[in-house]
Amino acid sequence: MELIILLFIAVLATFAGGELIGKVPPQLHTPLMSGSNAISGITIVGALIAVGASGNDRLLAIVGFCAIVFGTINVVGGYLVTDRMLKMFKKK
Amino acid sequence: MKENLILIAYIISAILFIIGIKRLGKVDTARQGNFLSAVGMLIAIIATLFMMDAIPLEWVITGIAIGAIIGAVSATKVAMTAMPEMVAIFNGFGGGASALVASAEFLKIHGGSAANYDTTTLITIMLSVIIGSLTFTGSFIAWGKLQGKISGQPITYPGQNMVNGLILVGMVIFGYLAVTNMSGFVAETTDINMLWFPIVIAIGLILGILSVLPIGGADMPVVISLLNSYSGIAAAMTGFVLHNHALIVSGCLVGASGLFLTNIMCKGMNRSLGNVLFSAFGKVDKSVVQKTTTGITVKEMSPDNAAFTMQAAESVIIVPGYGMAVAQAQHEVRKLSDELEKIGVDVKFAVHPVAGRMPGHMNVLLAEANISYDKLFDMDEINDDFAGTDVALIIGANDVVNPAARHDESSPIYGMPILNVDQAKTTFVLKRSMNPGFAGIGNELFGYDNNYMVFGDAKATVSQFVETLKQ
Repeated sequence: MELIILLFIAVLATFAGGELIGKVPPQLHTPLMSGSNAISGITIVGALIAVGASGNDRLLAIVGFCAIVFGTINVVGGYLVTDRMLKMFKKK
Repeated sequence: MKENLILIAYIISAILFIIGIKRLGKVDTARQGNFLSAVGMLIAIIATLFMMDAIPLEWVITGIAIGAIIGAVSATKVAMTAMPEMVAIFNGFGGGASALVASAEFLKIHGGSAANYDTTTLITIMLSVIIGSLTFTGSFIAWGKLQGKISGQPITYPGQNMVNGLILVGMVIFGYLAVTNMSGFVAETTDINMLWFPIVIAIGLILGILSVLPIGGADMPVVISLLNSYSGIAAAMTGFVLHNHALIVSGCLVGASGLFLTNIMCKGMNRSLGNVLFSAFGKVDKSVVQKTTTGITVKEMSPDNAAFTMQAAESVIIVPGYGMAVAQAQHEVRKLSDELEKIGVDVKFAVHPVAGRMPGHMNVLLAEANISYDKLFDMDEINDDFAGTDVALIIGANDVVNPAARHDESSPIYGMPILNVDQAKTTFVLKRSMNPGFAGIGNELFGYDNNYMVFGDAKATVSQFVETLKQ
């Protein structure tokens, strides 16, 4: 049952994601790609859970730790670089 | 109770992501949208930490600190011209993170400490690991191609499709083996043979390399956008593994929006996604190049004379391309635009959807140089204006202005919509030399009667224009 609900959420989110794109002016395509790339860094949440549940398992902790580093690079870098691009879009 | 609070936090962050993406699509609200989405991310992270019973602080804080420093330094230090590569790298790390999280979950199943180890969990672990690791290596290959560290030419070899096909088959077989035990069925058990799992990871990594290598450098924007979509899908799969709503929602949002964006880009080139991925587009066909480059005689003009022509013009349309990005000429171009406007010349910019190495790449560079975005026009908006324009100034663009796309069926870019620069009274092409463009195709525009080549480094040439106009 829970799986069906998860699937339900996934399908709705997929459609929402598709609907959000469409009327975007081309000059915003790069920032948009970069901004949505930052959102895919949400996987850091999974990394935190992995480390949190690692218990005394060294290997698990190390794998989770690497995932946190990778995910944070994606999140922090992604948002900052997007903001840097968008800062430049201003009328004279 | 705690569980519900966390779900509510996840719902809030999902709402912020959706509003964020929506606002990112409008110039006036884009920056705010990105900020809202970042707040959503922060809420999701804090809620997750709140949920955990025992936080291994040393791991979490060190990991976040290292990642934040690397991310922040590279995001602020990178040159605007190298933006596409940077996004590719960040995206690669995102995919890699998903693969690692799924791997950790697999290790847990092996160790007997996992909460879920049903068939769905095992399948989604495999998908997350494979998609995540191919996003990781694929993104780095895309980065290498854009940086010029790997040849921008499509790399092909005989039997390539067969090799890739075999890898796909291998992926299915080893993926199946990795999640089954001796009884031959997908395991609902912790009794798992760890031998096959590293092989699955290796296949994912190899697949990323082999699937991006044969794609030409000019198609990298499409590839990066597609890989962005993949990293979203990998995150969503990881969400299914962990039964985590935040991961599923955000992953699906990114996966779907990324695919739509990829599709928009393919449309801009009038090609299908399949054609981009599998046709090794832009592979230099020696016979074709000889055919198109022989018989073209080009006329050259000095920067001074070109500047005088623009001075006498009523209207100039500037067509920027990747060459402008490479030469870092955007600031000089701004000065040129200012000088021309000072003497009453009407200046516009024509931006082809796939000019540069990413959709909107040119807009970002021109915006960096403080060129107001109401002077920038899309192909559809401006294509009818070329006929009434005195000068079309083409700075480092090639394939997007090649008239062969309209009529030469043998040309690899046949059918791609192009900017109608040849309809302007005069065209100037700023180019380093007569080498063909990134896609490796000769350009017949160069030989047209109303075209003049201005050879040299784009930045130096444009600043020469500015000097001449100031006198």
